[in-house]
Amino acid sequence: MSEEGSGTVETQYFTSFKSPDKLVLKSGEKIGDITQAYETYGTLNEDKSNAILVFHALTGDAHAAGFHEGDKNPGWWNPMIGPGKAFDTNKYFVICANCLGSCKGTTGPSSINSETGKPYGLSFPVITIEDTVVAQKKLIEHLGIEKLFCMAGGSMGGLSVLKWTTLYPGSTSCAIVIATNHRHTAQQIALHEVARQAIMSDPSWMEGDYYGKSIPARGLALARMIGHITYMSDKSMEEKFGRKLIGKEKVGYDFSQDFEVENYLKYRSDTFVQRFDANSFLYLTKALDYFDLAEEGALVDTVKKATASFLVISFTSDWLYPSYQAKEFIKAMRAADLDVSDIEINTSYGHDAFLVEVEGQSKLIKHFMERIEKER
Amino acid sequence: MKEKLPKDIRVDHRLICEMIEPDLKVLDLGCGDGELLSLLIKHKGCRGTGIEINEHAIYKCVAKGLTVSHADINSGLSDYSDGRFDYVILNESLQEVLNIKATILEALRVGKKVVVGVPNFCHFSARLQLFFNGRVPVTEGLPYQWYDTPNLRFFSIKDFRFFCKENNISIEKFTAVGRGIEIKFLRNLFAHIGIFLLTKH
Repeated sequence: MSEEGSGTVETQYFTSFKSPDKLVLKSGEKIGDITQAYETYGTLNEDKSNAILVFHALTGDAHAAGFHEGDKNPGWWNPMIGPGKAFDTNKYFVICANCLGSCKGTTGPSSINSETGKPYGLSFPVITIEDTVVAQKKLIEHLGIEKLFCMAGGSMGGLSVLKWTTLYPGSTSCAIVIATNHRHTAQQIALHEVARQAIMSDPSWMEGDYYGKSIPARGLALARMIGHITYMSDKSMEEKFGRKLIGKEKVGYDFSQDFEVENYLKYRSDTFVQRFDANSFLYLTKALDYFDLAEEGALVDTVKKATASFLVISFTSDWLYPSYQAKEFIKAMRAADLDVSDIEINTSYGHDAFLVEVEGQSKLIKHFMERIEKER
Repeated sequence: MKEKLPKDIRVDHRLICEMIEPDLKVLDLGCGDGELLSLLIKHKGCRGTGIEINEHAIYKCVAKGLTVSHADINSGLSDYSDGRFDYVILNESLQEVLNIKATILEALRVGKKVVVGVPNFCHFSARLQLFFNGRVPVTEGLPYQWYDTPNLRFFSIKDFRFFCKENNISIEKFTAVGRGIEIKFLRNLFAHIGIFLLTKH
């Protein structure tokens, strides 16, 4: 292992919920087998009390830290996970698994249905955040861990943390919830619906049955462009691109690309299309939109099931998951007498801040976990 | 485990620590970098939460191992049900609040008792500056120029006593600090800070 980080890492796989013990989904449908891709960093101690589970965001994967053999870029939360970092792998055993319905190694619509020998496509059942949590609980048990020390996640990952801590109270000492809310608002659902419509109106989408044929690249790229805009703030876009032109002195008075921001969106979405499955995008955005921590009644009644100590982080310029939305579940947690600390970090990075505001978050997370370590 | 109060702590912090009963639940409104709250937890066995608006202070609180909320005093209080805390502490924060009456009544709703530490605008040095120089005073207790002060409200120890009387608030205990020592006489003249323990009538 290198001094700098987690070194070279490999994705591992765990298959469970084999027939007839299939996973009963929240929708009532059943699915099995389920394979989950996961990675671990650091070493599980003897009494298995140093495990931290981190959850990725919408299009993330199990590769949270370190480098895959031959790769130039490290995992998605590499600045936060590693020796001496916020999630210090000298002390802790960090686990990250790809969520259900994704396309990064865990069973999803692009996986082969063992009963038909063909990719699921739209025959894949609609999944929820809760279903992912249930599947990941099985993985944690498989690793021999009865109680986690901590769990953490931003954006969609934050929803998983909220779900887990209320579904399995007592299964973690502390929990870190970043840049998220307890249910999607009409605006968030609307943005997702536009992205889904972009995919579904691509002629190549073919009702989701495009595997082995040409993929709905244009639709998926468009969906990603919308996403990218919502992950940045007007200020961060202004700082990054302004009105800079791309490879020309004057605007072209045609519909070719003029501005750098146009080129950026095209470049980012084109690379995204190569690495992500359009159907997974549909399933996961639905799972996000369906999520509602207050669906069974008052929010406070749900959150009071939790026993963990919470740290909640939000960001001033995040307009996709604005701080005042986090305040709603924080308020409910206080009303339920939970131990919760919260901070709104001043930043211009928008929703992306949870990936890039490393220094402040690292300090908070380290000190927060140190306290919990002492108290337990 | 409770440790003895260290000798080098601020006098107002020492007096507040002495004023309150040990092992109870406290809410520190405007807790700053958490110095007082962490004394109360370490040395008085209290359990507690802080509320603070300054982002940098939040990092310091978390580093001290405190539970803290990043909020302003008024919106922070509304999160809590009646009588949730044994003590609500407002030390050196009340003068920065616009609606003092609403805040104190809200603190008395959330806490069984309220500890208030306020700067005394009518310290004799302030009176002298006002009388002889004809200028708005800058003193040890109120070290800001009129154009650059976080304080929104200016009042004396005496004013605060009248305020409590008018609003049916009992002053259970009272002490005062001036030039780093406890002041026992002519406090509206010689104290920079007055510390009150309040309850509802």
